[in-house]
Formats: sequence, structure tokens, C-alpha cells
Amino acid sequence: MDNLKDNDTKTIIKVDDLQTSFFTHKGEVKAVDGVHFDVPAGKTLGIVGESGSGKSITALSIMRLIEAPGRVKGGSITFNGEDLLAKSEAEMRRIRGNKISMIFQEPMTSLNPVYTIGDQIAESYQIHQGLSKKQALEKALGMLELVGIPSPKARLKAYPHELSGGMRQRAMIAIALACNPELLIADEPTTALDVTIQAQILGLVNDLQKDLGMSMLLITHDLGVVAETCDYVAVMYAGKIVEYADVNTLFANPKHPYTVGLLKSLPRHDIDQEELEVIRGMVPRPDDLPNGCRFAPRCPFAREMCVERLPDLEDQGDGNQVRCWIHTDQWDGPEVNVRDDYGYSESTQS
Amino acid sequence: MFIYTVRRLIQTIPVMIGVTLVVFLMMHLIPGDPAQIIAGESANEQQVEQTRERLGLNDPLPVQYGTFVGNAVTGDLGNSIRSGRAVTDEIGARFWVTVELAFYSTLLSIFIGLIAGIVSATRRNSPLDMIIMITALFGLSMPNFWLGLMLIQYFALNIEWLPVSGWGTPQSIILPVITLGTAGAAIIARMTRSSMLEVIHQDYIRTARAKGVKERYVVYKHALRNALIPVVTVVGLQFGVLLGGAVLTETVFAINGLGRLVVEAIGQRDFPIVQGAVLILALMFVFVNFIVDISYRFLNKRIDLD
Repeated sequence: MDNLKDNDTKTIIKVDDLQTSFFTHKGEVKAVDGVHFDVPAGKTLGIVGESGSGKSITALSIMRLIEAPGRVKGGSITFNGEDLLAKSEAEMRRIRGNKISMIFQEPMTSLNPVYTIGDQIAESYQIHQGLSKKQALEKALGMLELVGIPSPKARLKAYPHELSGGMRQRAMIAIALACNPELLIADEPTTALDVTIQAQILGLVNDLQKDLGMSMLLITHDLGVVAETCDYVAVMYAGKIVEYADVNTLFANPKHPYTVGLLKSLPRHDIDQEELEVIRGMVPRPDDLPNGCRFAPRCPFAREMCVERLPDLEDQGDGNQVRCWIHTDQWDGPEVNVRDDYGYSESTQS
Repeated sequence: MFIYTVRRLIQTIPVMIGVTLVVFLMMHLIPGDPAQIIAGESANEQQVEQTRERLGLNDPLPVQYGTFVGNAVTGDLGNSIRSGRAVTDEIGARFWVTVELAFYSTLLSIFIGLIAGIVSATRRNSPLDMIIMITALFGLSMPNFWLGLMLIQYFALNIEWLPVSGWGTPQSIILPVITLGTAGAAIIARMTRSSMLEVIHQDYIRTARAKGVKERYVVYKHALRNALIPVVTVVGLQFGVLLGGAVLTETVFAINGLGRLVVEAIGQRDFPIVQGAVLILALMFVFVNFIVDISYRFLNKRIDLD
């Protein structure tokens, strides 16, 4: 499966049929169930979905940081032509924080409270480049400057609790980017921050990505963030990708009812709104998934076939890939234009 | 750090005042007339009155308290009723025996407890973890006088490796230290295990792994230092408990420690000795807690000056 449109670009990471499950005493819980995507070199792929859709588990699967009782059950993750799932733990350690880095949602708890910011950044250099503590701290200072932390010399000796949330996230970014990784996985990097700080951090990540030529996998539930940052978008629902497109296509011409529902629930500034739209119902629990289309219980267009059979992710010819019966020849209902019939008109998203 | 230390030191002053006040009031709260007790049961009214005057018991209470604290500060805790010797002399030598016993026992508890706790936590739910935790449960539930007797029975009487009793030679301290340290080791092992398990699921541990840190360093560098914070409290409390609670162990091994002195003094109604011993143990406890607070600050930089 090749999601690339411009095939002359190198693919940095290719995830194929990834399956990650948690084996609890109640049985297997499929958190990620057959996910495919590519991230082209230098580009940003956004994975969008609600809580519990499996997007963070996808990220942790790539890092091979799934903890028991969870396990990557199947599929392949190809990074620079090498299968990450076949690597030993020692080989993975040389990749983590070096070739692939990750930043997390919670800057308040993601830094070790008993070590200084400087020590925690320097550790990356000591591990991956074999630098002495002194050399590593010098490079750490450079990273603090790069991520725009004021008076970096003093901050080097600061402990995490002495920094604000935004500053801590900058420090996390400094740790992640220390060894100049080829791929940055950002798991909801701005969710826990104030709105003004969110914009700063997103801007910083965007700039650094361009300057350093990194590829990025951005995990978020916020389509506003996607619009500002991503080149491609994969919409995830209940462990599966339901729609994949480049960012312009997705916003201009969303095809899956779930995507349209998400877009509709964004606040709009171009039209008068009495109240925000919501998608009715809840994400199904991963241990109790519907047999057919997983969105069927919440979908306004759902028919019997949707409840009974799971559609494939199919290429629509115009850059979209959609997992929905409506967009197949087999659709047995009246003709539906998801976008219009769901009441979504393209907004002037920035 | 210096300011923090000084502040914590100042904060111990009210506690020490409280301790001296309680110890001082003991004299007046126990049933009976202190003068009568000190003068002896056979003393006549005149002798009792003389004793009362000599001890200043006719003065108002605040004055008496002032005199008591003033004397205590200069190292005068009165004289033993039985021997007539100064309380500080009576307590002196035996106090250090008990401190030594408690100190070595605590060291043993920390050593065994930490290792067992870390091994248990890193191999959670493995057979080894279960064996350690069941052993810890035994260690915790076993009355230490019984453990002491069993150790004597085997190591001293059956295989004759170690002396039955006494204190001072390297061989003689082994059994008492094991006896007294076992329960502490069990508590520290359980505490370390649960603390490690809590820390190991923190976000910053995931960050360390995502950085490519070796699992060994994840455990010993990133997790352990955070996990030690609650363990230090337990160690401090443990040391205090051992100081006061060594009585049974001292009795089983016939060690002339403070605990035995107090028990004897209570039996003989030697009130000044009891008072002096309680005061010294309480002050030692305050001191240990002060040390614990200081070491907190080393482990956990979040503890602020306020």
C-alpha cells in the first residue's frame, strides 16, 4: 500500500498493517487494528482522532515502547528501509532519542523532577554521541537557545518545577531534538498548554522542523492544529484509519462522515453559530467493537450493510482514501453527498 | 541549602520544648506525691517535706520547669533513686550501646530492604517477587524476641558459631542486629517495591526510555532516586522506633542497653532514670527526623524553603 502521491520523495517511515493489542484478563483488546501510513521525508503527517482512537498507541508502537500487557501483534514498521519490529532492544535504544524522538502531551510530568534541565538534555548527547558531561552540557546550552528559552545559562541548572508549562515543553523539545532526529513524533504536544502558549510551541516546532529538515508525525485531536502544521492527515477512529488525504483535500473535500463530523464540530468564525456541533454518541470501547463499520452506531447515514460489514480503506482517485460504504459501488442506499448532506460547508480555515 | 537547614533546625525548637514539657509534667501526672516517691516509702512526714523543699517542689510550676530545663541543658537530670548516681552517668554508656544496636540494625534493614524491594519491583509478579514479598510478610509478622530466641537456638546453641549473648565483639552483634533489623528490612522492602512501581509508570520514565536510556539506568538513575523519597521517611521512623523498641532484643541477648535500663527503672520506681531516658530518646527522635528532612532536600529539589 502506498499512500505517497509524489513518489519522487523519499519515505522516512512506512507503517503497514500495524496491529497493537492489550492482552488483559478479559481478553484481547485491539487498540490499533491494521493501520497503514507513510511519512514522506521532510513532511508532516497528522494523525487525528478522539481519545481512545489508538493514535497514541500507534506512536508508542513505532518507538517500541508499548508496555505489558500490550504488544505489537503484527504488521511492519519500516524506518529508512529497516524493519523496526525486527530490531533488538539494544538496536532500538540507539534509534530512540537519536533517529526517532518523541515529545509528549504532559510537559508538567514528562521531565524527571530530581534532575536539572541541563542534565536531562545532556543525557541524550552522553548516550548517543558519547560526549563527556561537560561537552554534553555545552551542547545542551545550545539546544536551550535554539528552543527559545530565555536566559538559557541559568535554565541549564534549573529543575523542572522551576519552569512554566510552556518552558517545560520547550525543554522537552530540546531533549527530543538534541541528536537531530530524522523523525519527530509529537503526541498532543500542545494539548496541555494555554492557547497562547500553544501557538508559540506549534510555531517553534514548525520552524525547527523546516530548519532541521525533519519529518514529523503529529498526533492530535485538534483539527486546527492539523490545518496549521500538517501536509497529510490520517483520521483514526477506534483503532483504524477511516480517511487519509493531503491536508488541503481533507479540509476542502472530506469524504468520511466521521471526518465531516469532526470538521463540523470545530468552532467557526465565518458563520453565526448558536452552539457548537457535536458528534452524538461515544467512541466504542476497544474491548467491545462493532463488527461492521466502527463508526456506524454514530453515523447519520448508516444502513444495515454498515452495521454488518467493515468497509476497506479505498483510494478515491482524487488523493483521498476513505473507509466508507457510501464511496463504493456496493452502496445500496440513496445517493449521499456526505459533505453537503451532513451540513458542512468549507470554512476559511487558516 | 544552608538556610533550609537552619530553618529546619529552628523548627525543632518548639518540638523540643514540647518534649521537655511532657517529660517534666510526667513527674506531676503520675499518681502519688513525687517527694514521697523519691524520699522512699518508709520516709516520715518531715523527711518528705525536706525532700520536697530540696527538689524545689514547693515552687510554682513554671519556676520548677525552668529549673528542670536549666539543669537538663547543663547535663544534670537528677540522681537515680536506687544508686544515687547521676542519671546522665547511668544512662550515658548504655545509651550508646542502644544507639549502636539501632544504627547497625537500620543499616542492615536499608541494605536488605532496598535490594529486595528493587528486585521485586523490577521483576513484578515473577516467582522471585512472590518469594521476596512472602518472606517480607514473615519478617514483618515475626515477633522479634521469638526470632532472637530461634537464632540463638540455631546459631549459638546448635552449630555454636556465634555467642549466645553480650555486646561489643563483632561476633556478638550479629544476632541482635539481625533480630532487630529484620522487621525494618521487611518494611523497607515493601515500601521500596510499591514506591518503585508507582514511579516506574510516571511520564518521565517514559521520557527516559524514549531518549534511549538503558533499562538499568532507567531503574537506578531515573526511577530509584524518585522512589527513595518515601523510603527515607520510613528509614527515619524505623531508626526512632528501634531506639525505643530495642528493649526485647536487649533482654533476649542480655545487652546492657537503654531499653533494659528503662524497664528495670520502671520496675524499681526509679523515676529520675525513666524521666531522663524518655527525654534523651525523644530528643534523639527529633534529631533523626531533622536528619531525614535534610536528606529529603538532597533527594527532592521540589521541597521548598517554605
